[in-house]
Amino acid sequence: MEVRDLEKKFGAFTAVNRVSFHVRRGEIFGFLGPNGAGKSTTIRVLCGILPPTSGSGTVDGFDIRREQRRIKQHIGYMSQKFSLYDDLTVEENIDFYSGIYRIPEAEKNGREEEIIRTAGIQEFRTRLTRHLSGGWKQRLALGCAIIHRPRIIFLDEPTSGVDPITRASFWDTIKRMAAGGVTVFVTTHYMDEAENCDRMALIYRGSIIAMGTPSEMKTEFMRDDVLEIQAPGAEEWAGRIRRLEGIKETALFGSGIHAVAADAATAEPAIRRLFDAAGEAGYSVKKIVPSLEDVFVSLIEAYDAEKGEDRRGA
Amino acid sequence: MFERIKAIIVKEFIQVLRDPRMRLTIFVTPVIQILVFGYAANTDVRDIPVAVYDMDNTLQSRRLIRAFTFSDYFHARYFISNDREQNDLIDRGRVSAVLRFDRGFGRDLEGNRTAQFQIILDATDSNTAGITLSYANQIVARYNADALKERAAIYLKKAAAYPSVDMRDRSWFNANLESKNYYIPGVICLVITVMTLILTSMAVVREKEIGTMEQLIVSPLRPIELILGKLAPFAVIALVEVLMITVVGTWWFSVPMHGSVLLLLACTMIYLLTILGVGLFISTLSSTQQEAMMSTFLFFFPANLLSGFMYPIANMPAAIQYLTYLNPLRYYLVILRGIFLKGVGMAVLWPQVAALLLYGLVVITLSSLKFRRTLG
Repeated sequence: MEVRDLEKKFGAFTAVNRVSFHVRRGEIFGFLGPNGAGKSTTIRVLCGILPPTSGSGTVDGFDIRREQRRIKQHIGYMSQKFSLYDDLTVEENIDFYSGIYRIPEAEKNGREEEIIRTAGIQEFRTRLTRHLSGGWKQRLALGCAIIHRPRIIFLDEPTSGVDPITRASFWDTIKRMAAGGVTVFVTTHYMDEAENCDRMALIYRGSIIAMGTPSEMKTEFMRDDVLEIQAPGAEEWAGRIRRLEGIKETALFGSGIHAVAADAATAEPAIRRLFDAAGEAGYSVKKIVPSLEDVFVSLIEAYDAEKGEDRRGA
Repeated sequence: MFERIKAIIVKEFIQVLRDPRMRLTIFVTPVIQILVFGYAANTDVRDIPVAVYDMDNTLQSRRLIRAFTFSDYFHARYFISNDREQNDLIDRGRVSAVLRFDRGFGRDLEGNRTAQFQIILDATDSNTAGITLSYANQIVARYNADALKERAAIYLKKAAAYPSVDMRDRSWFNANLESKNYYIPGVICLVITVMTLILTSMAVVREKEIGTMEQLIVSPLRPIELILGKLAPFAVIALVEVLMITVVGTWWFSVPMHGSVLLLLACTMIYLLTILGVGLFISTLSSTQQEAMMSTFLFFFPANLLSGFMYPIANMPAAIQYLTYLNPLRYYLVILRGIFLKGVGMAVLWPQVAALLLYGLVVITLSSLKFRRTLG
């Protein structure tokens, strides 16, 4: 999959601002960003639901402007809505999609069994889909989306509204599919899920602001150091640490604080001095490898700051 | 192409027939409509309740009153003796008319003068009041003719011979002038129009609402396959309803079916092109089921009022009459009544069929194109 300068505008609003990227066969490519960043719009353009305003791209070697129908033969798509028919049974839903994708009669039963087995819903086959819980629905929707064995699968927020255990097993399925040579393009706003991706792009306000493997993201794009601070009354301390010289950003992280500093060597003693001066003994400060969430928060802050200066300059 | 259309048709049938509310709408609504128009909505005027206010109380006044009450049209419910009672009965709607004879009615007739009596009508319903009045005029005319004949016989001392006209009427196609024969074929138009519009627009909009439309758009399904798969089941349901209403109408209500059932079904299919097209068009304009419902009624109410189903087009102002030529229901109603009551075929109905065919092809093509565009 190859995309160059893809742009999508809705009236005066630019949802996707000239993004370029490529995805290799069998890769899990994550498209990350906060809500409203342009993730779903990009996926919809690639799937042929929306026409691009400008730019070009190919999916599975087919042009996204001219060869939409051929693209549609080879892609699977699952949105956060788990597009199943509530008033059809599990089997009727599968039968419907096998009809739409013209699965040969001889293979129909085999694929149906496979979907039901993979989703683990053997005992619900004649049950109306509306009575399935979120996790079952998600697995059935995925099964229906890949009933035609697509070479590329697009997943738009596939884990939204699903419990953590189901999410974990969902990612196992995704990894198995990728190992089998299927290219996976997935969007999510759960930053912790990004670790599952081979490569990823961070999209913010319609633009890609960083792209790479998880480890590249943590090393190349994070020039600042991250310090993890544990102390009672973390919330109050976060504000005070933020005002220290050389601290760029603080964020509450679980029960502790993550502080972003230009240089840990000078920031760490400064923080220790702050605690010592206040007579607080039960604290710890250590430099840590940043999580992807730290990276993304820091990148987005930097982007906003830069744009802010642009505006002031103009 | 065929497998995909088949998959959609099967799915649509399952969805429509599984939903208990839909089953009720499809199979019970037509029966209720036909019962309402067969029994309740009766514009036949018979047994009009009247009060007799006879202050004259002579042979002559009683004779005219008998002429009224012996007809099928009037039924003397009250005999009253003062104005208060008269006003009260009319106010309460107990009677639709009062026959009022002032003192001197008999004396005037005896004296060979023109005697006056009054009929007071409750004209809240102007239509019924008008019909009542025409019946009353017939009765008075006959009374005068009889009186003339008698008087002539007395003067000439023998039965008088003088030129007179006797009109014998024969009402073709509806010998007893029963309104059910007019309405029940029209019910077919009413029912299949509403039903098809709602089913079609809902079926598409529901998929937009739950997000499955998006799933279909990313599949290799062609818009034309989606349209055919969506519309075919509703056309079949509409044809089944036509047969249901025809059977109930002819067997239970003895509505005559003089024409060909096959021609009826063929014309219905041509008519459905237009209605399915309008339904599809509404679905492209609406993003929620409520919106689709509103748009459906926005189309249906004026179309129904200006169709000639209830109110004859000939009575409408000329400008509106021209407007009704744009109304597909108008042509279909002519076809329905023509086939049921007159038993006519294509030789007579071809202008209507041609108009519907043209209309249908244009509407379905335009809405399909619009539908394609909204799919992106």
